[in-house]
Amino acid sequence: MATASAITAEREHYLNADYGFRSWLLTTDHKRIALLYLITITFFFFVGGFFALLIRLELLTPQGDLVQADTYNKLFSMHGQVMIFFFLLPAVPAVLGNFLVPMMIGAKDLAFPRINLLSWYLFIIGGGLMLYTMLTGGVDTGWTFYVPLSTAYLGTHVVLAAVSIFIAGFSSILTGLNFIVTIHRMRAPGMTWGRMPLFLWSNYATSIIQVLGTPVLAITLALVGLERMFHLGVFNPQLGGDPLLFQHLFWFYSHPAVYIMILPGMGVVSEIIPCFSRKRVFGYEFVALASIGIAVLGFLVWAHHMFVAGISVYSAMVFSFFSYLVAVPSAIKVFNWTATMYKGKIYYSTPMLYAMGFIGLFTMGGMTGLFLASLGVDVHVTDTYFIVAHFHYIMVGGMVMAYLAGMHFWWPKITGRMYPESWGKLAAMTIFIGFNLTFFPQFILGWTGMPRRYHAYTPEFQVLNVLSTAGSTVLAVGYLLPMVYFLWSLRYGKEAGDNPWGAAGLEWKTASPPPTYNFEETPVVTWEAYNYDDLPKEVPVVG
Amino acid sequence: MEKVISAKLYFTVWAILMCLTAATAALSYVNMGALSPVVALLIATVKGSLVVLFFMHAKYIDVKTTVLVIVAGFFWLSILLLMTMTDYITRAWS
Amino acid sequence: MSDSSEALATHELRHHFENMEQQRGASSMGMWVFLITEIMFFGGMFMAYLAYRYEYFLAWQEGSQHMNFWIGTVNTAVLICSSLTMVLAVLAIQQGRRRLTSIMLAVTICFAIAFMVLKGMEYHEHWLAHEFPGPAFHFAGIDPRHVEMFFVLYFVMTGFHALHVLIGIGLVSTMLYMNERGHFSADYHNPIENTGLYWHFVDLIWIYLYPLLYLIGHHHVG
Repeated sequence: MATASAITAEREHYLNADYGFRSWLLTTDHKRIALLYLITITFFFFVGGFFALLIRLELLTPQGDLVQADTYNKLFSMHGQVMIFFFLLPAVPAVLGNFLVPMMIGAKDLAFPRINLLSWYLFIIGGGLMLYTMLTGGVDTGWTFYVPLSTAYLGTHVVLAAVSIFIAGFSSILTGLNFIVTIHRMRAPGMTWGRMPLFLWSNYATSIIQVLGTPVLAITLALVGLERMFHLGVFNPQLGGDPLLFQHLFWFYSHPAVYIMILPGMGVVSEIIPCFSRKRVFGYEFVALASIGIAVLGFLVWAHHMFVAGISVYSAMVFSFFSYLVAVPSAIKVFNWTATMYKGKIYYSTPMLYAMGFIGLFTMGGMTGLFLASLGVDVHVTDTYFIVAHFHYIMVGGMVMAYLAGMHFWWPKITGRMYPESWGKLAAMTIFIGFNLTFFPQFILGWTGMPRRYHAYTPEFQVLNVLSTAGSTVLAVGYLLPMVYFLWSLRYGKEAGDNPWGAAGLEWKTASPPPTYNFEETPVVTWEAYNYDDLPKEVPVVG
Repeated sequence: MEKVISAKLYFTVWAILMCLTAATAALSYVNMGALSPVVALLIATVKGSLVVLFFMHAKYIDVKTTVLVIVAGFFWLSILLLMTMTDYITRAWS
Repeated sequence: MSDSSEALATHELRHHFENMEQQRGASSMGMWVFLITEIMFFGGMFMAYLAYRYEYFLAWQEGSQHMNFWIGTVNTAVLICSSLTMVLAVLAIQQGRRRLTSIMLAVTICFAIAFMVLKGMEYHEHWLAHEFPGPAFHFAGIDPRHVEMFFVLYFVMTGFHALHVLIGIGLVSTMLYMNERGHFSADYHNPIENTGLYWHFVDLIWIYLYPLLYLIGHHHVG
């Protein structure tokens, strides 16, 4: 490592250590793999977003004039599958997690660098198959593959889509496995569990779900494939099976999967709020353990997706109870973030704006989740736009906001460059407004009875649908803005320096961009996490 | 460092496993009604525990967290089985 | 530790680990985490088995009586023996006895192949008896539709298990090859240990498949 020339522009770091396609495609450096993931999921985000825009355009008018029912079914299915399996699930863990987990614990790399690269290749193979599925006619099962619809009735590429998700699932498992072992075995001297940043706690909890849940989805999709291809009776009632068993197995993974999506986002927010409030996070232990609590309780609630599907009412009551219970750790987090900001010296920088947007939108999404945990109300709103609005508040309002918050917060570390702050703030506001305009009307639409997954609707719903479509265009502009100024900043952004936010955390103690092995020498940790009391009260970059 | 266990212990475990296999096979000829599957699964669990504890060295693991991993695996499997069965065993119409 | 073995050990230490101990711990823990994903993978099938046995109790009894009890029992014994030879291979390399390690790995492969041959004979028998699910399936007793589902689960569960046996044969063969090339020693043998863990896991799954498929309805015949 070139220590003497550290001040000059020639300093060697992970980006300029080696050049050429080979050095990227065969890299085992966790930071480079994170960037490979970043490029891939950004691509899939815009593919999924394209489907979303077509959906909203179709819903501008009550009749089916842009597309007909069959095409519409494919649009929302592909939107769901692409967004969930190829954007939301890998977004924070595979990009920010890959980049930050080793740095935050003071390690040179993840425990299994080659497996990390393998997981990206599996993701690419799965993603490639998904693209092939889309280009050859798509799939119209919804993202849920419900039987017997998927195994006995549809003539689309169900098996291909299932195989694609099966493979992407293994990529997710390997990432989780890598994180669990890394966090257990690779921590720097002095980095005890009680000193770990909350981002690590939530990624650890996420990994638990990935490792324990995803295999069940894999075998379920395998059984769907077998039933469809060889006419083997597993779930299809015509062959003697029970379609509810499919739903149990599917949601055993797919409900915890929403925690795979939201937990890392919570981790991001737990880093940003203390930094821009210049305070130690309030109730560190509670926030940390709440992550584990969500991971465990999240596995006990899945049948709330099946309340009207014909499961036993007694069983439904048990699942309803646990669904209420899982709100407790989530609420603990929200209260603790708020308490962290209380009497803090708050800087309204771009990451902070996103993080505050996250808290608000996640709270709304979470509170409406309680409606759905209630057996009676759920019957009323099942399969309406209320559900669509609820999970978009969590997934888009929560998760995507947190992801963007994290991207803005760590962009200086990843690239060594600052993005233009005013444009960042503008984009954050645009996204917040566009998001609410898109999805808030859907709560009302659902509550007043508009069903989801139809391409046409009765005329009295049109006003709210027009509002929603208008919002989605604002949202689209909001998402394009960061793309533009992030790329701009790569060339024209000003030098960030090692720690532009004056943030605590090991990742800020090394250079930006970091050297290939992250630290010149293995750090020794002697301080607690978020020691903002010992740090300057000013954030250097933001005025 | 890892613990090296004697071959003698492995042969003993192997002998017990073979005996238990013979026992469970023989017991399957006896009609014990509802107890039959219980006994068969109980013997399987004893056999499985022997494999995990001795052949897979779980008894000698120096890393406590690995024990946690093993326990977590079986705990989550039981969530899947038990929580799903709450539905099947209380369905009034089946 | 002698000088040469220390040099070898350093050579086998990957750059991002501080020492061999950390590397060994990480590799063993990683394998265990992988195995619990396998448990959950098979768990989905066990769940299907449990739910349908509860719903279609009689069909499950019927189906179980059409298993080949003797092949199942012998195969259980074969896998237990292969587990013993596998663990002896790990013991041998821990003691640095490479020749013995190779012998034990080879015997393990032989047992595994014996298992697959017996399994193949069993499948063939079911095929001749029209017990393969699908258009050719024929069953004369009560509730043939759900008995067919028992056979679906039987073939899916044993099929995925057999797939794991095949992968195991591949892994053990690789270990044998690498050991013959002198890759392993008393100081460095993580891959053999992990292969052992995998192989015992394959045995563990079978230990449960055996009573669930072969024994659960057996006593009505006897």
